[in-house]
Amino acid sequence: MQGAGIVIELEDAAYGYGAEPLLSEISLRLAPGSFHFLTGPSGAGKTTFLKLCYAELLPTGGSVKLFEQEAKTMARDEIALARQRIGVVHQDCQFLDHLPVSENIALPLTVSNRQTGEEAANLEELIGWVGLRARADALPPELSGGERQRAALARAVIMDPDVILADEPTGNVDWEMSLRLLTLLVELNKMGKTVLIATHDLSLIRAAKAQVSARVLRIGDGRLQLAGADL
Amino acid sequence: MNRVLALLQGDSQADRVVPPSGYSARLTLFTAGAMAFLAVFAMALSLAAGRLADRWSDALARSSTIRISAPVAELEAQTWAVLTVLEQTPGVDSARALTDEEQRALLEPWFGPDLPVADLPIPRLVEVIETEEGYDAEGLRQRLAAEAPGAVLDDHTRWRRPLVEAANRLRMLGWVAMGLILASTAALITLAAGSALAANQSVITVMRLVGAKDNYIARAFVRRFTLRALMGAAVGTGAGMVAVALLPRAGDDEAFLTGLGFAGVHWLWPLTVPILAAVTAFWATRIAAFRTLRGLR
Repeated sequence: MQGAGIVIELEDAAYGYGAEPLLSEISLRLAPGSFHFLTGPSGAGKTTFLKLCYAELLPTGGSVKLFEQEAKTMARDEIALARQRIGVVHQDCQFLDHLPVSENIALPLTVSNRQTGEEAANLEELIGWVGLRARADALPPELSGGERQRAALARAVIMDPDVILADEPTGNVDWEMSLRLLTLLVELNKMGKTVLIATHDLSLIRAAKAQVSARVLRIGDGRLQLAGADL
Repeated sequence: MNRVLALLQGDSQADRVVPPSGYSARLTLFTAGAMAFLAVFAMALSLAAGRLADRWSDALARSSTIRISAPVAELEAQTWAVLTVLEQTPGVDSARALTDEEQRALLEPWFGPDLPVADLPIPRLVEVIETEEGYDAEGLRQRLAAEAPGAVLDDHTRWRRPLVEAANRLRMLGWVAMGLILASTAALITLAAGSALAANQSVITVMRLVGAKDNYIARAFVRRFTLRALMGAAVGTGAGMVAVALLPRAGDDEAFLTGLGFAGVHWLWPLTVPILAAVTAFWATRIAAFRTLRGLR
């Protein structure tokens, strides 16, 4: 059953910012409910890889499919709808600084016109789940690094997405906060979400061992390699 | 209609997503107001020129003049002959010879008030008013030549046509000015919208990344600029109408500039200016927004 149920599929995908390809011959299928880590040195192309996975970039070679649709041929509105099913935690979080944290977390609901009473109750619950109830009315610049990462995670899951892509989600936080964030992501995976975390922090991957079965992928020399057996 | 109502009602949540942009807001309000003010004057000019063209065309088309140049001894007889011919001419409603006082009044602007008309070899003028059907000018000319050799018929066509043409041209220029004002409004609002979109590029990027459709993002900007243009143009139109109403008035036959303004139902025409400004702003912003969005994934 080639491609059946696969949420994101890359096949011989390549991408380059100039003449030199940064990534090439990338093939990967993210099955529903799977948990992946993506590692590699800084500048290896982890962020580019994630951007291919939510169609912020289109491959210069090969193909990327989102929910079995070829990204290159998707209309802009189809990409928008696909992104409503993909929660992304960006490395720099990317908030709207003029809106309070609660409205930033609710932004995916706002832009998809899904703000019902039930959704509002879920928002309250979600803000509590990431431990930001006391900071719900604060503006993003007033948040600490860890609070920003948790708010970004809450925004990524507010739409109950099928996939969560996290780019260095623990990059700006201390070890204790990293573990809390990891636990949140593992909980989401146990709820059936597909999770892909790009990180260069191997201790985080080792810490995940006890909690979840994950595949570890490594980007090296522009290619994707399996870094080891299931953790 | 539902879409227009939805645009006017807006979406308070969506409106909050795009941060307020003070500079471009003020620029749009001012531009729309100033352009609407000018548009009201262009409209007044065009409508006044149209009225003038119609009046000249109408009034001059139905009147003509017979000029009788003859020796003083024959002048009276030829005048009677002309009036008799006119009485018998189908299509002539009435005819009368101008009095000395009327002729003096006609010449007064050039020769002063004390002109001794009776002592000067001035032609006698006969004013002819036509019926709606009009008369046969060529037939009348031939009969006048036979009955009163000194009489020359001037049916005003020769000098009426350029006047009417000038007034019509002025009317057209008024509408061209309106078109240019609308185009300038569109250009300025496009610039203001482009500036607002550029200033909010990071906001737009975040909205796209969390799954906002282009239409949703564009609508937030389009609504804002359309309402600003509507408000600015409403104020500008109101000010323009007051200014036109305060222009000095004179009688119908006075100079053109004192007749500049609106008459009767023409006062309703300026009310279309804010609507035109809003429609222009809607499309200008929508086009600018989609052009910006196409540059982002």
